[in-house]
Amino acid sequence: MSTTPPTTALKKTPLHARHRAHGARMVEFGGWDMPVEYSGIVDEHLAVRTKVGLFDVSHMGQVELAGDDALAAVQWMSCNDASRLAVGQIQYSALTTAEGTFVDDILVYRMAEQHFMLVVNAGNIMKDHAWIVASATERGGDVSIVNASSRYALIAVQGPAAEQALQTLTAIELPSINYYWFATGEVAGVRVTVSRTGYTGEDGFEIFVPPAQAEKVWNALLEAGQPFGIKPCGLGARDTLRLEASMRLCGSDMDEKTSVVEAGLSWIVGWKKEGFQGAETLRAQKAGGLERRLVGFEMRDRAIARHGHLVMAGVDSDTQVGVVTSGTQTPFLKKAIGLAMVPVALSAPGTPLTIDIRGRRVGAEVVPEPFYKRSKPA
Amino acid sequence: MYPTDLNYTRDHEWIRVSGDEATVGITDFAQKQLGDVVFVELPDVGRALTQGEVFGTIESVKAVSELFSPLAGEVTAVNADLVTHPEAVNSQPHDTWMIKIKITSADELGGLLDATQYETLTQ
Repeated sequence: MSTTPPTTALKKTPLHARHRAHGARMVEFGGWDMPVEYSGIVDEHLAVRTKVGLFDVSHMGQVELAGDDALAAVQWMSCNDASRLAVGQIQYSALTTAEGTFVDDILVYRMAEQHFMLVVNAGNIMKDHAWIVASATERGGDVSIVNASSRYALIAVQGPAAEQALQTLTAIELPSINYYWFATGEVAGVRVTVSRTGYTGEDGFEIFVPPAQAEKVWNALLEAGQPFGIKPCGLGARDTLRLEASMRLCGSDMDEKTSVVEAGLSWIVGWKKEGFQGAETLRAQKAGGLERRLVGFEMRDRAIARHGHLVMAGVDSDTQVGVVTSGTQTPFLKKAIGLAMVPVALSAPGTPLTIDIRGRRVGAEVVPEPFYKRSKPA
Repeated sequence: MYPTDLNYTRDHEWIRVSGDEATVGITDFAQKQLGDVVFVELPDVGRALTQGEVFGTIESVKAVSELFSPLAGEVTAVNADLVTHPEAVNSQPHDTWMIKIKITSADELGGLLDATQYETLTQ
């Protein structure tokens, strides 16, 4: 049993003091000092699956693009087709390199015809901002870009009771916000943007709040959620929830060496749109040139595979063919599951895999994704 | 705070010594650091351990830690209940044993911490 010493000189969200004061266990993530758990990962995970959970995700970044050529810039630097978004709508997408690999995975919010907000991963804010500026400059045209990350605290309220709990604090008609749409209004008397999005596989909302009002909104949500069994949650449960729902974690499941198609995310490529960074490579892979891809697997032997464990083909094989990119014991399904990058020939559900876990060879099997899908859509 | 009838290590294991037998588990401090325990991997009975040798692993949802043998000796029993109920490590850490060892070197007992020393270590 060994423990890790605490890290210092980390960035703090507007809710940092609140987490510290309320007994959250803190951990470094992407350069931020974040709560990893409050009451425990399993307890929080189950609260989100069955009731409602509250997350501080203010570490996420926001980069905004506006100007007459904002749409053209977004279309060039990201792989999904942003022209299909109505104002008020959101899509999952990726900033892609010329090779069709990930700079980052992002959410694209269409704030106005020629105004977009890209929500990016915490550890990538500076890199993404520089990439977005460079891509837009290369493309040319009229577009202003601002790293707006410090203008927002971001609070996620997730779970089957999220809508009911949040509704008690706002006049916004939440049922009228469809999945991957957003609206503006007041929550607990604070002017916010509310989107029906999340990273848990459950219904829920993400609320963009002015940093100075973050604690007010957080406290109001905790109180309003009390009758619904709300629990404050940390990044630990966020990770098990997203993995159980088969959602990828950029930096763990994919990076600048992984293409969007290899990540199993062909559905976020706007195949019909005009050229964009990386389009040629992605088209070639889609046309049959794909060598490897991410798959979901379930352990067959009692063990938990983790990020970085090596994958061998078949049963009791010594030939390394791939690597585990995420793995955990999921609290709701109560199974050891994970994602692994493997050759396409080994990607069909039912294919046996062997995983090297600290020198021990254990059996796993490719399974269909997602591992978990909520029974009733929002 | 920590039971005074147990001894402790700097690796956050507890040891109950009875004659030449040592019973080993992990401390309340350790289980809190780990979080929800979901998997405990223990050695085979009969395995000879040296002091400080890794005898198993313990996994929580978020992390994996190695278990270090506090004393040299032969493993005489392992707690099979942990296969089906690993969460007992969280709920009753000081009553949930992992392995029993037949002590080969009584001299090593002198290097263990008592409850007061261990509590100081964790503060």
